Amino acid sequence: MADATHQLGQALGQAPETGESPNRRAWQRFRDNRPAVVATVFLFGLLVLALAWPLISSQGDVHSEAQFAAPSAEYWFGTDVHGRDQFGRVMAGTRISLMVGLVGALVSLVIGVLWGATAGFLGGRWDNLLMRTVDVLYSLPSIIFVIVIITTLEGVLQGWLQEAFGGGGGETARMLLLYAGLGAVSWLTMARIVRGQVLALRERQFVEAARSLGLDTGTILWRHILPNVFGVVIVYLTLTLPAVILYESFLSYLGLGIHPPRASLGSLIAEGAKQINPIRVYWWMIVFPAGCLAALLMALNFLGDGLRDVFDPKAGKER
Amino acid sequence: MLVPLVLVISFLAFCLVRVAPGGPFDKERAPASPDIERNLKAKYHLDEPMWQQYLRFIGVGFEKRDGEWRAFEGGLMRGDFGPSLKYRNHSVNDIIAQGLPVSLSLGMLSFCFALGIGIPLGVWTALRRGRWQDHVGSFFSILAVCIPAFVLGPVLIVLLGIRWPMFPVGLWGGPWHVILPAVTLGTYFAGKVARLAREGMSQTLQSDFITTARAKGVSERSIILRHALREGLLPVVTYSGPLLADLLVGSFVVENLFQIPGIGVFLVNSSNNRDYTMVVGLVILYSVMLLTLNLMVDVVYGLLDKRVKYG
Repeated sequence: MADATHQLGQALGQAPETGESPNRRAWQRFRDNRPAVVATVFLFGLLVLALAWPLISSQGDVHSEAQFAAPSAEYWFGTDVHGRDQFGRVMAGTRISLMVGLVGALVSLVIGVLWGATAGFLGGRWDNLLMRTVDVLYSLPSIIFVIVIITTLEGVLQGWLQEAFGGGGGETARMLLLYAGLGAVSWLTMARIVRGQVLALRERQFVEAARSLGLDTGTILWRHILPNVFGVVIVYLTLTLPAVILYESFLSYLGLGIHPPRASLGSLIAEGAKQINPIRVYWWMIVFPAGCLAALLMALNFLGDGLRDVFDPKAGKER
Repeated sequence: MLVPLVLVISFLAFCLVRVAPGGPFDKERAPASPDIERNLKAKYHLDEPMWQQYLRFIGVGFEKRDGEWRAFEGGLMRGDFGPSLKYRNHSVNDIIAQGLPVSLSLGMLSFCFALGIGIPLGVWTALRRGRWQDHVGSFFSILAVCIPAFVLGPVLIVLLGIRWPMFPVGLWGGPWHVILPAVTLGTYFAGKVARLAREGMSQTLQSDFITTARAKGVSERSIILRHALREGLLPVVTYSGPLLADLLVGSFVVENLFQIPGIGVFLVNSSNNRDYTMVVGLVILYSVMLLTLNLMVDVVYGLLDKRVKYG
């Protein structure tokens, strides 16, 4: 094992100036971006900690006598109104926030890529129709629609689920709507970017070659065009992730997202904000979840910026 | 373009709120008897078929009143959103008229704050690109983007309202009440504007026409103020439409935190209460504001960038 690592290190160290592969160059560029590397390490550490914490300690779920205890050696982040260990709660919140962010970003990825690729590849009238729809959706207050959808459709979906699977559909319905709603507001930028890329790729000779071989549209799109869009898509996926997490925490703060006893970083901050009063300030109830959220978002932003420099050096503008 | 779009939006919102189970009168204090409920529904025309209700809402069509066929009174066509189903003695127009000025002034102040901090910061970091000022400035702009309003708000309340009481912690009154909410709402967007301004400026400063200007011997000051800013700030102009929208939406949280009597509070509440007319009215209001703002942004864009032609 150690030998292999050593050899690998040597191979990397001796990377010859001649004949560098684009991948190797990309990796080198990424490694030179110190904030991005630090962010990656931090994200990885946070992910492992958040996933492994329930195995180590279950104090985040246990109600105890120690209500609003200040941070100490026993409770690193203090305790909340029910005497639960705030550190465990924050880890649970991070887990859920990350999961909602990932699923929401994936939903936006699927819709955005399909929409953008179809528009870009078909071109002409279809392109016009699809992209004008995107323009119109851009100019609508999308989050307002999400709020209305979540509050109104929750009951409907809950009823369906209970009929279909029997019992306790409430939590599932809420989560499903949250994923769908967040994904549904975040795909617009992705669609625009993918469309632009596909539009450029469509004119390239390898696509023409594929067409002259008699491949059908679906195959060309799936096998030849989409793999080439992959890099840019990954970049914007990383940049969508913090946006979705922020939306989720915003909704949870309004009481429309995650409900107790489950926790996301947003709902934890909301719980902390509720305890503000002029007499005693339970600062740990806000500072730790908020710090965790801010650190998570910053790391994701740095990572996304780093990846963008690597995969898409020319694109600088957001939106 | 605006009119059909508003019609589509109003139709969608109208259908959406009615699909939901429950009605506006479910949460009455005393459980209403079937008779009372029937009368209430009849009063607000909720017993009619959906299409008729929708026509009544937009104000197109006729009904039999006093034995004669007459056109509907009010309706969206005449700028009337109808009565609120929850706040019985108020029409939706009343509530909007009360809350909108407050929300708008909060939004505009935050907008000024976001641009006032964001643009100078972005331009400055772009001019010092690669030096320590750039790193520090960029770090702060990313930090601002990562701290949502509902975190910054409580922190500001605790620090500047309670620990060192410089500002009032809530309500809406004199100019002192405005500062904390506006800062809370604007900081995130200041960070975003700063990032956009930095990207735009540093790209512009590398372009050929700036090099030409330098070669002609134009002073650095004049290059930045007269040539680079106009082009470098275009991304910010593009973003200011969505920015205003986000400010309006963001004001839900801030109005909630600081107990400000704006309209943001009503959207979530009325949506939960199934206050049909209120939800549809607010959705339409937001959409129209947003569409108008985007139109204005397009016009400003054309003024700044002479290459853009319309028509």
